[in-house]
Amino acid sequence: MGRVIGVGAVIGVVALCLFGLWGAPPDDRQGEAMRLLYLHVPSAWLAYFAFLVTAIASALFLWPRTRSIVWDRVAGASAELGVIFTGLTLVVGSLWGRPIWGVWWAWDARLVTTAVLFFLYLGYLALRRVPGEPVASGKRNAIAALIAFVDVPIVHFSVEWWRTLHQKATVFNPELSARIEGVQALTLWIAVLAFTLVYVYLLDRRYRLAVIDDALAGQALARAIRTRTGGNPGETT
Amino acid sequence: MRLWREASLVAGKDLRIEARSRIALGQILPFGIIVVILFAFALDPDSGLLTRVAPGLFWVTVLLAALLAVGRAFAVEEKSNARDGLRLTGLDGSAVFLGKMAAIAAELLFLEILLGTAVVILYGVEVNGLLVLLAAAPAATLGIASTGTLYGVLAAGLRSRETLLPLLLLPVLAPVLLGATRAFEGGLEGAPSDAWPWVGLLWIFATFYTAFGVLAFGTLWEND
Repeated sequence: MGRVIGVGAVIGVVALCLFGLWGAPPDDRQGEAMRLLYLHVPSAWLAYFAFLVTAIASALFLWPRTRSIVWDRVAGASAELGVIFTGLTLVVGSLWGRPIWGVWWAWDARLVTTAVLFFLYLGYLALRRVPGEPVASGKRNAIAALIAFVDVPIVHFSVEWWRTLHQKATVFNPELSARIEGVQALTLWIAVLAFTLVYVYLLDRRYRLAVIDDALAGQALARAIRTRTGGNPGETT
Repeated sequence: MRLWREASLVAGKDLRIEARSRIALGQILPFGIIVVILFAFALDPDSGLLTRVAPGLFWVTVLLAALLAVGRAFAVEEKSNARDGLRLTGLDGSAVFLGKMAAIAAELLFLEILLGTAVVILYGVEVNGLLVLLAAAPAATLGIASTGTLYGVLAAGLRSRETLLPLLLLPVLAPVLLGATRAFEGGLEGAPSDAWPWVGLLWIFATFYTAFGVLAFGTLWEND
């Protein structure tokens, strides 16, 4: 199953390259810079999707009936991908902003929210790296993920409120926004599909890696215990 | 009823430790005041800029002080396994959360009054709408204390807690800094109509994370 998704993801990315770089026409107003949106929009969408998956997996871990190490691993894997996609969103958005808005960064509500989001989950990933007993650290991770997740709408709401109270939207000038239709719309759909497949594939790989990691840690511990007790007569195993 | 009694026991214990050790007064407050003075070095005090941005600088200072206060609130549980002792008393997790949160909030409010006075004197700020400030400060403080207590217990006992806590806490508190700063700006300028919606946001944040803490703290407290 993982392999099928992997092949699908490769096909999707190749199709995205072909359509994004050559198939789709340049935008009337934005020119070639518009092509960056084929990376920016799907990575932003997947960043939010990945954090949603982390939140759901964390809630499932906290619920005693569905508690399983599986959910902790899924939450961690998805959050890592979410942070990568958030970073990609910020970088590509900045590259797009320079030619279109004339600035690398603008204090726009969406940008600020995304930046805060990035740091929220960077903290979560840092917490995850702290070793501990599986159930205890699983609960800790899950609660941290939920604290971060519920903060996202509050951050977004407050930042949006702040910016609109102070100034009218200057950067999101409707004159400049792209009207998406025809091949451009198709390319965007291909991009979203390709990125989603890449996400699912990477999630699967990252999950397996976590399983191997845990097994390795378990083996190392067993070996260490054997070495310590090895010299002790009477304990031959 | 029992919850409140237990919470006040925990809060009383933490405040008693503070009253005897005077860490907030002897270390955190001077730290805050030196930050306030450093801001004046960084931003030319003669340009009038300091007065205009005073609310933001004040709340940034409070956030930095809060990081120390939260770290301290859980550091006292590390010594002589006090944490295990507190767990063995059979107090409800929610009560421990409310108690520790109340103690942190009380310390922070105390610090805010003194730091606020320092800001008024040093930055030459004029206070026009005191009512807004009195409504906004407790809400922001409860927001900081509730999330701080949650993350404090999350990071407690971990090896990298000193570096982890700021990274976890500061992004979550972004709306609090924003709301408290706008509310204070409105209050100082005597334009409370701009400020009240932000006061509302701060109270929502505080209520929300207090409820979250009451529900989640037991799980974290009985952990590890």
